[in-house]
Amino acid sequence: MSTQILMPALSPTMEEGKLAKWLIKEGSRIKPGDVIAEIETDKATMEVESVEEGVISRILIAEGTENVKVNTPIAVVSADGEDKGEASRPNGGGAAHTTAAAARPAAKQEPAQPRPMPRQEPVAAEVSPGGETITQTMREALRDAIAEEMRRDPDVFLMGEEVAQYQGAYKISQGLLDEFGARRVIDTPITEQGFAGVGVGAAFAGLKPIVEFMTWNFAMQAIDQIINSAAKTLYMSGGQMGSPIVFRGPNGAAARVAAQHSQCFSAWYAHVPGLKVVAPSNPADAKGLLKSAIRDPNPVLVLENEILYGASGPVPKVEDWLVPIGKARIAREGTDVTVVSFARGMVYALDAAERLAKEGISAEVIDLRSLRPLDIDTILQSVRKTNRLVTVEEAWPVCSVGSEICAQVAIQAFDYLDAPPAKVSGADVPMPYAANLERLALPNADHVVEAVKSVLYKD
Amino acid sequence: MLRLMQTIRRFEERASADYLAGKIYGVVHCYIGEEAVAVGVCGALNRDDQIISTHRGHGHCIAKGADLNRMMAELYGRETGYCKGKGGSMHSADFGVGMLGANGIVAGGISIVTGAGLAAQMEGKKRVAVSFFGDGASNAGPFHESLNIAASWKLPMIYVCENNLYAAQTSAQATHAMKDVAGRAAGYGIPGVIVDGNDIFAVHEATVKAVERARAGDGPTLIECKTYRWRAHTERPGQPDYRPKEEIEAWKKSDPIQRLVNHLKGQQGQFSDDEWKKMDEEVLAAIERSVAFSEASAFPKPQAALEDIFAD
Repeated sequence: MSTQILMPALSPTMEEGKLAKWLIKEGSRIKPGDVIAEIETDKATMEVESVEEGVISRILIAEGTENVKVNTPIAVVSADGEDKGEASRPNGGGAAHTTAAAARPAAKQEPAQPRPMPRQEPVAAEVSPGGETITQTMREALRDAIAEEMRRDPDVFLMGEEVAQYQGAYKISQGLLDEFGARRVIDTPITEQGFAGVGVGAAFAGLKPIVEFMTWNFAMQAIDQIINSAAKTLYMSGGQMGSPIVFRGPNGAAARVAAQHSQCFSAWYAHVPGLKVVAPSNPADAKGLLKSAIRDPNPVLVLENEILYGASGPVPKVEDWLVPIGKARIAREGTDVTVVSFARGMVYALDAAERLAKEGISAEVIDLRSLRPLDIDTILQSVRKTNRLVTVEEAWPVCSVGSEICAQVAIQAFDYLDAPPAKVSGADVPMPYAANLERLALPNADHVVEAVKSVLYKD
Repeated sequence: MLRLMQTIRRFEERASADYLAGKIYGVVHCYIGEEAVAVGVCGALNRDDQIISTHRGHGHCIAKGADLNRMMAELYGRETGYCKGKGGSMHSADFGVGMLGANGIVAGGISIVTGAGLAAQMEGKKRVAVSFFGDGASNAGPFHESLNIAASWKLPMIYVCENNLYAAQTSAQATHAMKDVAGRAAGYGIPGVIVDGNDIFAVHEATVKAVERARAGDGPTLIECKTYRWRAHTERPGQPDYRPKEEIEAWKKSDPIQRLVNHLKGQQGQFSDDEWKKMDEEVLAAIERSVAFSEASAFPKPQAALEDIFAD
């Protein structure tokens, strides 16, 4: 098995840099923490530390190369140094994982915050055939959604930690302060409970706030406001007033940030009546769902994915691109098995489907897009056709979105099933820090392939 | 003002009796003894100014102008109630009069109503927003987060702490080292005012000043009203009350309603015993009508349990 080392990012905004120097060569044995290269940007120089253990089987980018894009594979590490053939394919195949190198600024340089950004292939969006598209990252698509809705409706505003001057910890709000001013793009103190409640109250008073959580991990401090106030007030007040509010931010496993900063809250919020929850897997859905969320008169939670922020994909070039909340998308048609996933799980699901196709197994892949309301009809329809079900998610397995889907299918389509459903999920542990353990804690395409074969009773 | 205070008291006396009679269920938190705070504060507000209350919210609702029939029907769990019988005592709300709801979570409403203050500021309509909360909530994070935000952004807010000396059963003295909640305002660079919460004129005057400051764009004020809850934390029977009997009796001698009556009587020719008696009878009649209205109203239809989860 081999692992690619990717060009790391010095900051969330870094797009490219110079691979100044290699400190290892092909055949070098490395272990986590070894400094393997130096990279430079116009702002700083930093050392690249390996997070992998193994032998450098191939160097893909020569030292001195300028303008190396972030997340480009720069070298390949193999456990035994023997699988050079596979490693020669830059995007990997077979069982290859892609992981980022950890970067740390060289001691003499100005401080910067390294943030490993694993490479992620985008998931193709549902775009009408022949329709004109532009290629955008998730990040850009989300920003455009916010900007378009703020232009359209003066009641829409954005608030959160560092969304204004700093333009967002993940740069989703780039350019918004310039266009809309400090009245509508508001930096808050680092007090999630406080500003989430302020958002809910502003919604009660008739405005349409977009509340950004720097990550959903921090929204735990605000969960009382999200559930007890935003979700329930319409009901508790007998329909007098609800909360037209959007809570959004990155959700799911990040990279090498350990248990408190790396987890998926999909099931937590999908559990709550009164909330709508969406989790896009590609830029087109991200834009269309966020725009729908902002217009929705209910509280909508947008679970974005940190790893996917830099992933590019086609976004329809139409004036008002909306994706309906509560409607799943068949991302790939198939006949032998139904694979249901969302957000980053779609990357594994589609990768697995592609590989299964080569073995003659036709997988239908459904991208949920919305977790609440859950489009169970689309799933049931597919299972009635394929008679087999695999769910794929990064979250913990107990009481997960996959658990709910398996239950619904068992309850509503039991007689159509030719095998018990299978669940692919994250491991039932807090996210470990060490790279090898983290890899073990997360699902991947191999797991999906195995699960599909198990429900097909194939080896 | 006297009529409103007496309405709150009579409403709650009846709610308590009907709760014990099994006609009202769940939990009822009575405000009796603290009426001057709600009425004094709300008397300084306009109809479109907004408030958020607490689990002990009947007084704020009535003081802000809510309809007694719909309030009582809500306690009775009837479909004619403010919340169609789905909210109950702790969630009474009338958005039409700027009462954005009671909130059953201690301190839960403080940040929400701060958002109403933000909306008022953004819309430039000179509205103010008022947060009612107790001494217990002033120990919780939302109080501090909200005061900090409101002070930083100069929001048109009035934070009204009803310090009745006990957070549920726990003495305030045991949970904060600072004697006065108002002293905490200094930490946020805003005025902190202490008033006799059983003196409606003092409460009203302090609120008028705070409202002026808020409408002028100068930011929030924290008003601490020293007051006392006559009854136990809730109306549940058999509930131990560890507060000293002498303390309760002493505070009853400082009854905010009687103090206002005495004041009015002291003004020659202004208010006679007969007038007071007549007013009380009118109040009781209104309460009686609200009970009759509630009892004549239907319970919610089963389908109602599935409605109002999402707005269209």
